[in-house]
Amino acid sequence: MNAPIRRLSSIVALLFCALLLSTTWIQFVQARELHDRPDNRRTLLASYSRERGAILVGGNPVAKSVPTRDELKFVRTYPQGKLYSQVTGYYSFTYGAGGGVEGAEDGLLSGQSDKLFYRRVVDMVTGKVPGGASLELTINPAAQKAADEALGNQRGAVVALDPRTGAILAMVSHPQYDPATLASHNLDSVAHAWKKLNANPGRPAVNRAIAGDLYPPGSTFKLVTAAAALSSGKYTEDSVVPGPARLDLPLTKTDLPNDDGLPCGPGGQSTLTHALEISCNTSFGGLGLKLGADALRTQAAKFGFGDVLRVPMRVSPSSVPADLNAPQLAQSAIGQYDVRVTPLQMAMVSAAIANRGVVMSPYLVQTVRGSNLDVIDRTSPEQISQAVTPEVAAQLTRMMEKVVTSGTGTAAQIPGVSVAGKTGTAQNAEGAAPHAWFTSFAPADDPKVAVAVVVEDGGNAGSEAFGGRVAAPIARDVIKAVIGQ
Amino acid sequence: MTTITSFRPRTRRNVELLLLLLAVGIVLVAYLNVGLAMNGAFPPDMLSYGAGLLGIAGAFHLVLRWRASYADPLLLPIATLLNGLGLVMIHRLDLAYNRTGMDALALKQLVWSALSVVIAAAVIITLRDHRRLRRYTFTAMAGGLALLLLPLVPGLGRSVLGSRIWIGLGPFTFQPGEVAKILLAIFFAGYLVQTRDVLALVGRRFVGIALPRARDLGPILIAWLASLGVLVFEKDLGSSLLFFGLFVAMLYVATERRSWIAIGMVLFCGGAYLAYLMFGHVQQRVLLWLHPFSERALETSDQLVKGLMGMASGGLFGTGLGRGHPELTYFPESDFIIPSFGEEIGLVGVFALLVLYALIIERGLRTALGVRDGFGKLLAVGLSFSMALQCFVVVGGVTRVIPLTGLTMPFLSYGGSSLLANWSLVALLLRISDQARRPLPEVSPTDVSPQASAHTEVVRIR
Repeated sequence: MNAPIRRLSSIVALLFCALLLSTTWIQFVQARELHDRPDNRRTLLASYSRERGAILVGGNPVAKSVPTRDELKFVRTYPQGKLYSQVTGYYSFTYGAGGGVEGAEDGLLSGQSDKLFYRRVVDMVTGKVPGGASLELTINPAAQKAADEALGNQRGAVVALDPRTGAILAMVSHPQYDPATLASHNLDSVAHAWKKLNANPGRPAVNRAIAGDLYPPGSTFKLVTAAAALSSGKYTEDSVVPGPARLDLPLTKTDLPNDDGLPCGPGGQSTLTHALEISCNTSFGGLGLKLGADALRTQAAKFGFGDVLRVPMRVSPSSVPADLNAPQLAQSAIGQYDVRVTPLQMAMVSAAIANRGVVMSPYLVQTVRGSNLDVIDRTSPEQISQAVTPEVAAQLTRMMEKVVTSGTGTAAQIPGVSVAGKTGTAQNAEGAAPHAWFTSFAPADDPKVAVAVVVEDGGNAGSEAFGGRVAAPIARDVIKAVIGQ
Repeated sequence: MTTITSFRPRTRRNVELLLLLLAVGIVLVAYLNVGLAMNGAFPPDMLSYGAGLLGIAGAFHLVLRWRASYADPLLLPIATLLNGLGLVMIHRLDLAYNRTGMDALALKQLVWSALSVVIAAAVIITLRDHRRLRRYTFTAMAGGLALLLLPLVPGLGRSVLGSRIWIGLGPFTFQPGEVAKILLAIFFAGYLVQTRDVLALVGRRFVGIALPRARDLGPILIAWLASLGVLVFEKDLGSSLLFFGLFVAMLYVATERRSWIAIGMVLFCGGAYLAYLMFGHVQQRVLLWLHPFSERALETSDQLVKGLMGMASGGLFGTGLGRGHPELTYFPESDFIIPSFGEEIGLVGVFALLVLYALIIERGLRTALGVRDGFGKLLAVGLSFSMALQCFVVVGGVTRVIPLTGLTMPFLSYGGSSLLANWSLVALLLRISDQARRPLPEVSPTDVSPQASAHTEVVRIR
């Protein structure tokens, strides 16, 4: 009977080989795929079982994990509630980390990032429970609060930058939401809050400052056109340019009119400075036609249009459309047609002019600290490009100062501080009230802050809205908060 | 002139003792690991626990020295190691579920382990020669069938995981199939050793294979019907596969005719397919096996999926004992104990466990090769192969080699019946291996004088 016993042994060996293969298949080949399945509670529990790093603004946490007695060990809290909702984003057991820094820097906060590898090894050796890194943001709490209050119940966004570094000092997008409702461990209430958040027609989950559907920039884009004109060498701030009541657009029967229907100066002529001061459509439309689409697009690109930035959240690239015919070019030169921007981009335009033409890369995270509070990483300011020469920047600065002292942006005036700015009123849809814009920086002689404001559909002023009346006061409040007045 | 000196094999009892200490040591390290990971402290009962485990296994070791000194030295240490690791995992799950005091399953399992070892020792002590079991061939059959069908008795049977292979007596639950497995192996061995010649020699050849006579097909048909009955009424493919596979394997070993395997496979596949066509619950099992992640399957059950995710989160090296989440899986201490280990000690650990089982089975099959009597051979093959099949059915079930069934992993899983049966199984293998390795009663050449004692032999019995 020994021969069949030996053969039976081979069958047993085969059975066990099948088991070795099947376990290898699951635990090695398929492991990652199974691990990443959204319904895998272990993956979530693993990220919850360690203390997630805090997000700090001005030394105070705006998002932090507090120990709980339930299975998840830590619950995420947002001490400032709605104020920082688009900055922090949310951290939800059901829906993961998303929306803001929570999503964009999940690796650092959860402690899984490769940047923390060395620290993890040390923790493993010393037997410490590894925690996530905490992030200190560049946000100036006073500016954030001022922007939030000034925007009030209007839809829109405010972005403030330090023009010298690119540090984001304020980032507000209205309407807001309370991320704590998504971070709760009561999963039913979280599901309810999530449904409500996504059903809200105001789309509070969208950070209008850097993403969303983008806005037409309206007259604030005239800064880009003016920069292109000055950079061409054919114009100075005092150059006299035509500014008729209506600009005849080639190829079409329609004209490009001024908002008030009047010429921009005696005899339909004005200086470039005056054209910007009163936001003359026909002058800048005409300038656009003379400069050509390439010059305009190149100048826009130098200011950062078309770049995909990460602050660390992804910023939707702003754009000037290609293949423009003459009427479209004239429309684009005054920020209409299909030019689309983020408020952050318009703040970067002002910031570049303030910073002697140098565009700095915007960023939100100042320092990354390990769970023992020592600095792991510190963001150093980074230049993106030289948008204009320092001379052109100086001319633009003087022109923008005039806008605030005697032009369309007088509402942004601050006693004792020279503010440079540009208003905008962007038509966005037939029949709808225009978006009110203001982009600015201050003090003009020693810039400390650049602010861009957009208020959707004219905000509370409705169709009567002009950038100067609705958006400029908001920028003024933010500037005051930053420079401490 | 050449003298024949007989080779006297070593008993290997000291090797066994050394391996036993190693096994207990590994279990204690695992226990310490769990304590440190889950409570952050040295488990206070570690020394008494270790002493207890060593006491139980050591006592059995002494019984072997006394009554079966030539028994295989690997079986006891491996069984002790597996039993101990199972205890650690059950203890670890007790901590996760906050089961303390009398609710702690590890405590019950420890009591069952001690009881099982006592019974195994009793088997070694009382059963001096395994051939005596041949007298109880038909008693074993009756007992085995009765136990197999016991879960079908109304009021007694319990359904767990959709399989009706449990009986409940007051607070105790029992899986009688575990014990039936041994009784049936005894019956098959006794029956086949009697009838093997008829089954092997009579018959006619057809297309190259020797087919048995129609009337000799009777026993295999009965076994087939019984296993189909288990599949259909107890809804348990695992037990069904186990008993039928056991019978066919033993039939093949007894007769050395491959046609039995062919007939057996055809019958089983046909029966399983018929059952698939006729019964909804079988179709459901197959759906869960083939497409566990499909929406239709998840509506029915996500227990397999949970186990797979547990194993996947363990990866190659595991999370470490006490650091994973095996408590998220259903039945993590019984049917799904392999995913629990897979999660915490990784693929490497699961391989090690599988190798331990393979070693037990290999020692059993080696015993079958070595033992001299046919009954012993068949019994050893039957017992080893039944354990192999059970491992295959359980691990294959949770890793999607075959549909999931409700069997327990020998020694590791929580459950008194399983421990009792498997320790008894190992005791029988130890007894047979003792016979296999024990030197033959020796004819002493010096005592034989050709003139005086032509008809007498002096037999020295050790």
